[in-house]
Amino acid sequence: MTTTSSAASVRGDARAAPGPRPPLTGPERVLAVVGYHLAVYQRTWRASITSRVLSPVLFMLSMGVGLGALVDSRAGGIDGRPYLQFVVPGIVAAQTMWVAWSESSYQVLGYLKWNMAYHAQLATPLGVRDVLAGHFLTIAGHLGVATALFLAVSSLFGGFASWWAVLCLPVAVLTGLAFVTPIFAFTATQEGDNGFNILYRWIITPLMLFSGTFFPIAQLPGWMQPVAWVTPLWHGVQACRAVAYGMPHAGPLVAHLAVLVTYILVGWWLAERSFTRRLVS
Amino acid sequence: MSEEILLHARGLTKTFGDFTAVDGIDFAVRKGECFGFLGPNGAGKSSTMRMVGCVSPVTRGELRLFGLDPATDGPAIRARLGSCPQRDTLDEELTVEENLWIYGRYFGLSRKEARARAAELLEFAQLTERARDKVEPLSGGMKRRLTIARSLINSPEILLLDEPTTGLDPQARHVLWDRLFRLKRSGVTLVLTTHYMDEAEQLFDRLVVMDHGSIVAQGSPRELIGAHATREVLELRFDAEDHSELAPLVEGVGKRVEVLPDRLLVYADDGDEASAQVHARGVEPLSSLVRRSTLEDVFLTLTGRTLVD
Repeated sequence: MTTTSSAASVRGDARAAPGPRPPLTGPERVLAVVGYHLAVYQRTWRASITSRVLSPVLFMLSMGVGLGALVDSRAGGIDGRPYLQFVVPGIVAAQTMWVAWSESSYQVLGYLKWNMAYHAQLATPLGVRDVLAGHFLTIAGHLGVATALFLAVSSLFGGFASWWAVLCLPVAVLTGLAFVTPIFAFTATQEGDNGFNILYRWIITPLMLFSGTFFPIAQLPGWMQPVAWVTPLWHGVQACRAVAYGMPHAGPLVAHLAVLVTYILVGWWLAERSFTRRLVS
Repeated sequence: MSEEILLHARGLTKTFGDFTAVDGIDFAVRKGECFGFLGPNGAGKSSTMRMVGCVSPVTRGELRLFGLDPATDGPAIRARLGSCPQRDTLDEELTVEENLWIYGRYFGLSRKEARARAAELLEFAQLTERARDKVEPLSGGMKRRLTIARSLINSPEILLLDEPTTGLDPQARHVLWDRLFRLKRSGVTLVLTTHYMDEAEQLFDRLVVMDHGSIVAQGSPRELIGAHATREVLELRFDAEDHSELAPLVEGVGKRVEVLPDRLLVYADDGDEASAQVHARGVEPLSSLVRRSTLEDVFLTLTGRTLVD
């Protein structure tokens, strides 16, 4: 050991005090992973924020303000209130699905295949669960920022009638996370982006259109309504609308949130399995 | 060199479905030595390294690092290892120093510790001037040195390097070798794989030769050459499509004749004398060359194939 200690004092030599250090706690491990994602985000946030706020705002202007004038004059609004106040909570929920989609599809495939960030993390004391939790928490942050900005902008346009609407923030984040974990699980089984195109065309787009975001699902053919009931977006839309309209009824709200949490948990379980199969072989 | 064993494997096996990548190998690595796996692509070196790095579960057999079992103590073992995978896993969008800081955090270094250590390691890797540059435009050799620097952030007791110089030009390889020598001198135990016999001869104190998932020989480079090859080799090239037809012409010269597609190798303790015998038979090769035996010859003798094809 004498060679070691003398060499360590030489400037430019690579070895400092060797030996085991105390193991990291769970939160320390997860925060270390979040640290990586924040460093990446520091380079990309300007572009991502702009597009994330712009697209829901454009939807709000075209549907809420444009189409809304027509709906209000012909049908006297929906749920006894202006169409804008009906559609804005729907868009709040739907935009979290877009954020969740972009953060857990191509981005995750990139870490799996291109820069191999997950592999790099797993060569350290971190485990699959830490890697997943760190990324999950980061995306929760993205969802929070995007939702808060849209809530602020849409309230300037009169999108909400009640201060209860601030509760849209946690509800919307939960809605987005209900997409994050299942998409994580799916992405870890993919080699290229073909699967993403199919998922986007056949799941994400129809969900946005038929989950009660822009019109009540009572307008759908009877057989389609049960489909909406099992999808997470409809529950997210209903829960956002419930809090946006004022003091919500606890029963239905809790039921919607329970469905979202179930999606998150089942998705997590699948994601852990699929990440492990992909990364620890 | 100490006699303390830091790492050992017994009957270590890795299978993927029906395919056996590593087939029951035994080896032990002593503290402070440079231990290597030499073999062609597909010999099972990388699968072995991934098991040793505790990122790939052991299918069968025993593997212990620092006396710990990867199946139950993976994180604790990885905390004491440095790992350079075959493909760089750097984040090319981040800067050189950011890559080091972030990695340090994975091992529980405080921000301050990580920065201090990163500065030291950049000096070691001769990358101090590039600290604030993005990784992406760096040369292949610089990226490899950064990967090695990053793998040292936790002051590991064992450094694993899977084909560290593959794809590098000769100059970059020599710079890297020099860094590895320094590490070894400072007491870090090195475990490497390579399919370059010159690298194995330069760096390895002891090595195992692997082929098709099994160990075919082990020892120091000198021992292996002594045991499996003659002191010298006479290389003969002819103007011929098929060199195997020419083998009978030199039969009996030296100890053994090996046929390669483009030349004949005559194994003899005295190459010049063998050359004289060939000429005395009236055989006129296009060129003849006497050289010392290398690990390549050991591999050829043991497996009948060349290392790099």
